[in-house]
Amino acid sequence: MLNTFMVYVENKPGVLTRVASLFRRRAFNIDSLTVGRTEKPEVSRMTITVDADRDQARRIEANLYKLVNVLLVENITNQPAIVRDLAMIRVAARHETRSHVLELANVFRARVVDVAPESLTLEITGGEDKIDGLLELLRPYGVLEMVRTGIVAMRRGSKSAANNAGAETAGADSDDSSAARDDVSYSV
Amino acid sequence: MTHPKNAASASESKAELQSELKTEQTKMMTGASILWECLEREGVKHVFGYPGGAILPAYDALKHSKIHHVLVRHEQGATHMADGYARASGEVGVAVATSGPGATNMVTGMATAMLDSIPIVCITGQVGSKLIGTDAFQETDITGVTLPVTKHNYLVTHAGEIARTIREAFYVARSGRPGPVLVDITKDAQQSTCEFDWEAAKPQLPGYRPDLSPAPAEYERALELIHNSKRPVILAGHGIIISGAMREVRDFAERAGIPVALTLLGLGAFPASHPLNLGMMGMHGEAWVNHTIQEADLLLALGMRFDDRVTGTLKTYAPNARKIHIEIDPAEINKNVKVDVPLVGDLREVLLELMPHVESIDRSEWLDSIDKLKGDSAVRDIQNLPDSGHLYAAHVINDLWRQTRDGNTIVVTDVGQHQMWEAQYYKHEHPRTLITSGGLGTMGFALPAAIGAKVACPEAEVWVVVGDGGFQMTMCELATLVQENLNIHIAIINNGFLGMVRQWQEFFYDRNYAATPLLNPDFAKLAEAYGIRSMTVSERAEVVPAVEAARRHDGPMLINFKVEQEDTVYPMVAAGAALHDMIRRPSPIVETAEDE
Repeated sequence: MLNTFMVYVENKPGVLTRVASLFRRRAFNIDSLTVGRTEKPEVSRMTITVDADRDQARRIEANLYKLVNVLLVENITNQPAIVRDLAMIRVAARHETRSHVLELANVFRARVVDVAPESLTLEITGGEDKIDGLLELLRPYGVLEMVRTGIVAMRRGSKSAANNAGAETAGADSDDSSAARDDVSYSV
Repeated sequence: MTHPKNAASASESKAELQSELKTEQTKMMTGASILWECLEREGVKHVFGYPGGAILPAYDALKHSKIHHVLVRHEQGATHMADGYARASGEVGVAVATSGPGATNMVTGMATAMLDSIPIVCITGQVGSKLIGTDAFQETDITGVTLPVTKHNYLVTHAGEIARTIREAFYVARSGRPGPVLVDITKDAQQSTCEFDWEAAKPQLPGYRPDLSPAPAEYERALELIHNSKRPVILAGHGIIISGAMREVRDFAERAGIPVALTLLGLGAFPASHPLNLGMMGMHGEAWVNHTIQEADLLLALGMRFDDRVTGTLKTYAPNARKIHIEIDPAEINKNVKVDVPLVGDLREVLLELMPHVESIDRSEWLDSIDKLKGDSAVRDIQNLPDSGHLYAAHVINDLWRQTRDGNTIVVTDVGQHQMWEAQYYKHEHPRTLITSGGLGTMGFALPAAIGAKVACPEAEVWVVVGDGGFQMTMCELATLVQENLNIHIAIINNGFLGMVRQWQEFFYDRNYAATPLLNPDFAKLAEAYGIRSMTVSERAEVVPAVEAARRHDGPMLINFKVEQEDTVYPMVAAGAALHDMIRRPSPIVETAEDE
């Protein structure tokens, strides 16, 4: 089963290598890994998806904590979360098919970011399923090029995980679903 | 406190005082001098190293330091010495080398320390920070190379980062589950000067949590399992020694009446002569110990990690046993063996928490039944077989133990058959008296590790027990031994083979002894070349006199024990076999020797 981890790390050179090396060394297969800045300049945040069963997922979490530069790990697989992936798709669009492609883009709320005589480039943001869905429908027209960012994720509710960074212990159960339930939020 | 009206002038003079203090506390120093100063403040008295271009500024500054530098003959030796130093003393061992080949030569030593949780700090020089990434002379990305074999590592490019990095390195190496830490320092960082302020350079490790402790509910579950168990066994590992929990484990075992089986690295954690001591478990463990584990209804794993060499195949491992795992590293929980109750924390602290609630239970029935499991083990023991006139390694180890058992003796082994015989026949009463590479199984470990152990414990009688193969991997360190004037005795268990590999070939590769017979040098002449006294022993009766001669001799002694060439370590659980499925030593007294 696909597990999604939010990993807060110190924003220092080489930390990405340490995390990637850990997954390789312990033979866990990364499905997707994204890394970027956060609201705190000294902290970077990774969203990592890995195919793992429950027990493996727990060991991944424990092993991540063994890295000195890792501040906080949260497995948000079974928690209410916003998950987004971004794709840019260059699709063949000649005169006769252009309007069909534009229509699909419209339905999926994808934006046209580049127009060329024989092709259109679409930008789409959303869950992986949504992007996969559009891709499936575009394939018959000819997908010339595609790039995806991999997912970024954030828990729903007002409680921010970053407040806990450095305070939680590795042994503590990170199941905060009750707190998440208290903070009412809506999908938009 | 100052009266309010004087506050202004007081704070002024305070500021003056502070700036004065500051000039005293913080003086301008080169990175190289800061390095040695920090090592001294971390309590380092000896380092093991080898100079070279990128670490030269540090060596130049060494003359102002009180630290004793041991010049090794190969950087791998430096790491094993630091390792042996740490295992013998419990302190952090330090190894120093230059960039490139100096640093890569340390990789085996770091991996050895990593798998056995040994606190060492390796310091390497690196090319100037401007040259990094240019494939400069002797440039290697050693932090990249050692990522998987260190607990943590650092690349330092500014003199101002050295103090904090060294403090963090020592803290990380010795706390939690210990391990090796590498600090790679560029040449310009060693050369440039900056203010040195020890107090201000406190470790900043917001993500590092070495001190975990279990939840109260887990203690209760553990106690319930312990009290309801009829056939419990303690699996005693290296963590007991690291945690310093020997007394607590003994109290616990005695109160709860639970027998103790030991891992290789656990030997010495529980006295061999204690009535509850069963002996070593695993691939070459005692047969009854493995049978006891297989029949147990509760395993209490104390500071051990269910290595494949102690479990055999997991499919049939202790099938009827519940498992309690007391372990400091949460990543070890459920890694190999699924456990019922994990207690994550420092072993000593967990046991102290548990002890007041442990009920005294009479388990004489279980203990008696274990005695029955011993079965014909005694008659299969080579010590009890009729004297064939051959010298066996077991005889040598057993005699060595008898002669040195009452002393303050540390035995340092290499890896292979002799290592297993040492574990079986040398009865260790105290922790840190057996130093051996368990997890990585590093041949060539013994001689340099013994040098480190002797430097750490000069009053101890140090014996190297080493095979003729492994000895030749690092025998260049004989020069280090002589140069440092160390009184270490070397027992080469010489069978003219890479014995353990030959044993596997005998059992599993149809006796095809590919590349295992050894052509050896004349070890006596070799010793002589280094100015070391030597003896050669090939008769059983000569063993004790030789050991005694070495002990009387004021200086190192090398004894070449020419033992039976094709002897085999028994019992043996084949790799991937069940723990109770052992190959036993054939015995003329036991009729159906191969029945299992």
